[in-house]
Amino acid sequence: MERVTQMLGAGLLLAVLGAAFAAPWLAPHAGEAQFRDYLYAPPMRVRIVDVEGQWRAPFVHRWRLADRVMRTFEEDRSERYPLRWFVRGRLVGLDAAAGQPLLLLGGDGLGRDLVSRLLLGARTTLGVALLAAIGAVLLGVVVGGLAGYAGGAVDEMLMRLADLVLVLPTIYAVLALRAVLPAVLSTATLFWLLVGLLALVAWPYVARGVRAIVAAERGREYTLAAVAVGAGPIRILVTHLLPATRGFLTVQATLLLPAFILAEATLSYVGLGFAQPAASWGAMLRDASNINTIADFPWLLSPAAAIIVVVFSVNVVSGAGGRGGALGALTR
Amino acid sequence: MSPFALFLARRVAFAVLLVLLVSSGSMWLVSLAPGDYATQLRGPGVSSATLERDRERLGLDRSIAEQYGDWLSGLVRLDLGTSLRFARPVRELVGMRACNTAILAATALFIATLIGLPLGVIAGSSSAAGLVSAIRGLSVFGMSLPPLLTSIVFAFFAARTGWFPIGGMTSLRAVDSGALAGLLDIGWHLVLPALALALPIAATLERLLARSMHETLQEPFILAALARGIPRRRVVWRHALRVAIRPVAGIYGVIVGGLLSGSFAVELVTAWPGLGRLMFDALISRDVQLVAGCAAVGSVFLACGNLLSDFALAAADPRLREE
Repeated sequence: MERVTQMLGAGLLLAVLGAAFAAPWLAPHAGEAQFRDYLYAPPMRVRIVDVEGQWRAPFVHRWRLADRVMRTFEEDRSERYPLRWFVRGRLVGLDAAAGQPLLLLGGDGLGRDLVSRLLLGARTTLGVALLAAIGAVLLGVVVGGLAGYAGGAVDEMLMRLADLVLVLPTIYAVLALRAVLPAVLSTATLFWLLVGLLALVAWPYVARGVRAIVAAERGREYTLAAVAVGAGPIRILVTHLLPATRGFLTVQATLLLPAFILAEATLSYVGLGFAQPAASWGAMLRDASNINTIADFPWLLSPAAAIIVVVFSVNVVSGAGGRGGALGALTR
Repeated sequence: MSPFALFLARRVAFAVLLVLLVSSGSMWLVSLAPGDYATQLRGPGVSSATLERDRERLGLDRSIAEQYGDWLSGLVRLDLGTSLRFARPVRELVGMRACNTAILAATALFIATLIGLPLGVIAGSSSAAGLVSAIRGLSVFGMSLPPLLTSIVFAFFAARTGWFPIGGMTSLRAVDSGALAGLLDIGWHLVLPALALALPIAATLERLLARSMHETLQEPFILAALARGIPRRRVVWRHALRVAIRPVAGIYGVIVGGLLSGSFAVELVTAWPGLGRLMFDALISRDVQLVAGCAAVGSVFLACGNLLSDFALAAADPRLREE
């Protein structure tokens, strides 16, 4: 049972990562494409039965604006727009002749397709989170390996530093560092900046564990044997000691992922992360920050659902019943 | 001096050092950052003469080291300086906001314990596999609900149903309707933010306690207690819980950190007038001493959480006190 749910979680996570990877092909529209007649349009319903009760290939109806002020729409049942597969280099879309966007999750305040933005936003958000996790692991391995191997004063100093960073709530540390940098940056600069900042505040989580493992393995017979045959410290560390941390690193990287996704979301939500027109889950959440808007157009909450799905599947995969997993939920 | 007192003394020293380091660090960080209060106040396209005048007026023309020295000497007298933006003593501003954050965090912690503790005991001691895995599943889901998102979703429900206020801490009509009505009004505003903050913490508590409870129940002293004819319910809730709670008590420091992180998001979403919001605004407007003040109070919270966790451990484990 335990195994099955873990496999399901891993499958879900892989599916999201795959969707992010294939986003330009999966997304029905470009992330920036605006459809002026579809500001805040609700999700289109995919139907297989037409008005006369006949079975059809999947199709959608057009949304007609019913009330310009309240932005309520009603379905125009007079015409069917069948879904077309593999059109214009994308998985699914409508006939170009129809002049009609396919809005499966509705439109945002600028009339952009939420499905496309979610998919393309996944690239940004998950990209930042993945790269930052790799960065944090690398930094943590270097510092932790050094501290564990050297021991003594170096160990003491590095670990006190790690303790100090660990005790700070991650989001405040990132926020403070981000807030003192220029507010407006290009999307690419910001991407790498966030990767760097997140890795910078999260390395101690990795370093502490790596240090403990390396320090323990150092006294084992196989290490002494390696020393006896004349292997140098770097060789011992890299080829003999660090491989012992592999399992720990995998778990740690998985645990950092949700924390980083959330950090991006929080930063973008408060206006210090990705901004228009770039798509990221946090930036989309910022579009939903006006309470009156989401009350009327709840589909704007879809990035929140996306984040929860990813965090949930990570928690399932990492066996969040375990102690490390449980604590991971708090480090955000 | 007993070893435990020595240990506590070391922890207190670390706490003081933490507060000093964090507030000083944030002060230097903001001072060295591009832009200062004058540039943020005036916006772009202002003559440098105007900026110079502003800086002179606000005392920002002195060197950073000099400003830091002044602030530090004030800190010794517990004077946290003056906010540039609000032109009021930082202590006054921070005190009020910290109080609001503390209300939010304490309520959340209370709710989390109220939900997490009994569920943890049940999940750790029950032999009904269905119940145990249901609680476990709920917890894993609860852990996946970051306060940022939950509070947005809650605000959505509040706006849709009108059952709860969508934000803020007080409503206008409750201003002059007596103390009790005022308290009720605050409580009313508190429900959703505190719940959003509490859910992942409740789930974490449940998981930790369930695991530790399960391990404790394998111990010989439990078997001995059962053999003496003490009812199982009493063994679980009295004897085993006292032991099982130890690892949970040990992480209260982490929980306070989690509360602070979470409350930042919740405060921004629900417009709760707390420390996180103040700190954010101060950072953006480069209000140096206010940032340092917020960081100082925030780290006091953290340090308190860590100390609390030490005391809780000592209370739960007599061996720690005696050794």
